[in-house]
Amino acid sequence: MTTLSERILGAPAGSYVDCRVDRCYVHDGTGVLTLEAYQAMQAERIARRDRTYVLFDHIVPANNSVTAGLQAELRRFARDGGLPFTDIGEGICHQVMGEGIVLPDEIVVGADSHTCTLGAFGAFATGVGATDMAAIWADGGTWFRVPETIAIFLSGSLKEPAEAKDLALTYVSRLSMDGATYKALEFVGDGVQSLSMESRMTLSNLAVETGAKAGLFYADGTTCAYLGDYGHSVSPQVPDESSYPQRLEIDISDIVPVVAVPPRVDTVRPVGDLAGLPLDQVFVGTCTNGRYGDLERFARIVRGKKVRVRTLVAPASRRVLARASATGVLSWLIEAGCTILPPGCGPCLGAHQGVLGEGEVCLSTANRNFRNRMGVGGEIYLASPATAAASALAGALAVPEVPR
Amino acid sequence: MKVEGPAVCLGADIDTDIIIAGRYLRTKDRSVWATHVFEDMDPALASRLRGAVIVAGKNFGCGSSREQAAIALREAGVRCVIAPSFARIFFRNAINTGLPVMECECPCMEGKKVVADPASGRIEIGDRVFFARPLSPRMLGILSAGGLVEYWRKKR
Repeated sequence: MTTLSERILGAPAGSYVDCRVDRCYVHDGTGVLTLEAYQAMQAERIARRDRTYVLFDHIVPANNSVTAGLQAELRRFARDGGLPFTDIGEGICHQVMGEGIVLPDEIVVGADSHTCTLGAFGAFATGVGATDMAAIWADGGTWFRVPETIAIFLSGSLKEPAEAKDLALTYVSRLSMDGATYKALEFVGDGVQSLSMESRMTLSNLAVETGAKAGLFYADGTTCAYLGDYGHSVSPQVPDESSYPQRLEIDISDIVPVVAVPPRVDTVRPVGDLAGLPLDQVFVGTCTNGRYGDLERFARIVRGKKVRVRTLVAPASRRVLARASATGVLSWLIEAGCTILPPGCGPCLGAHQGVLGEGEVCLSTANRNFRNRMGVGGEIYLASPATAAASALAGALAVPEVPR
Repeated sequence: MKVEGPAVCLGADIDTDIIIAGRYLRTKDRSVWATHVFEDMDPALASRLRGAVIVAGKNFGCGSSREQAAIALREAGVRCVIAPSFARIFFRNAINTGLPVMECECPCMEGKKVVADPASGRIEIGDRVFFARPLSPRMLGILSAGGLVEYWRKKR
């Protein structure tokens, strides 16, 4: 009679627990603040060096000399301290940690709100602020309030051209932006089986957009096979479906392509309702939808054609980029007129590489469409890679066709 | 680490903008926040907070993640905040800046003496007794040190 969060944290919902953290990580943005707080604490050393990761992804390569200076300091700290470190071009922290590092049953803490992405692996993964992270560096542990859980029961299977992102935006709109505040989401039901690890990461990624602290899947055959490819032998976790007082049921066969209308992630409408909306930019990538499958679905639609609006593609990691290069996906993108960005967060947070101008409209595969996020006066619609591809070809919001 | 003081009653969904308005954030002088705490809701409230225990409604500390909200309450002399639920980031910020917080659904009686013990979860309001979940040993350690950074400095 326990939820996965309760099992991993070892206490019933509502309790406060002190836990050892199995893996913690920062990126170049929050890492700078964490380092400052860590130095203020005057701790002698990092408690669990081999499990304290530093991954550069936010503003990579550095966009000006201030950023470069801050990054140099953090890079030096990571290297001198012997921490696992990935430099510019290796990819987005949540993606890299999901490439065979994070394992089921682990407690994972990242200094970034989208750390919940790693719940896809049956880990309890959540974001914290820089000061909390500094204390984890010093101690190797932290306290948690064990969250109550909302179960999302999935049945059926996705019907093309709908994909995981459409399902993700749909559940966010059903729960609303604060519908799961301080709670965990657990994705259960027969519909889970049909979802790939990449799809699960997309679904877990959006959990924080409902206010949730984590979004978990139970490790199953798909998880074990994925991690097996990285040389890990792990066991499935079995859900206890009687554990959920609060539940949301979704038949995923009914999911259609949708967009989240600015400035809220939970204002979701069928793409068809807004078809023809003129676009200035299309962006494909991020911790939500920058994985290989995302690039491949996008590329299959634009292959042999030309995009009619400026289109940016940022692979989520070097591994994703290498695979896209090996399979020809990268060439299809280049020949269709897309601009390829280095692996990383790209323009998602509005810092560089595709900032919007006043009044410009962007269709993005990311997870946030808040006012001014990608540039003052710019508007962001969120959608799937397939919708992004159809729209890039049309130069306006368009419903993807069912692939043949 | 028992705390006690007269109850100050507040409603539900008290957001961090109400606790300390954005226009006061650009300073490192913590006394500024103590002076202006709750200014937009009730300018006279700040003067009643020294030594008091806030008993509020659900979702206390919602909105912006500003750590200054928890610091402002502490600087204003608030001994503890009791509410049925807290916004997550405020809750962590409160512990990390040394402000005791307890999750409990209890009726507020303005001015009545409150005695609260975060370690056991026991809360006395007047002659009535309520129970919150006890905080973890680490949380209590952070609170008694006066915050997370101080906790680490002392631990050294």
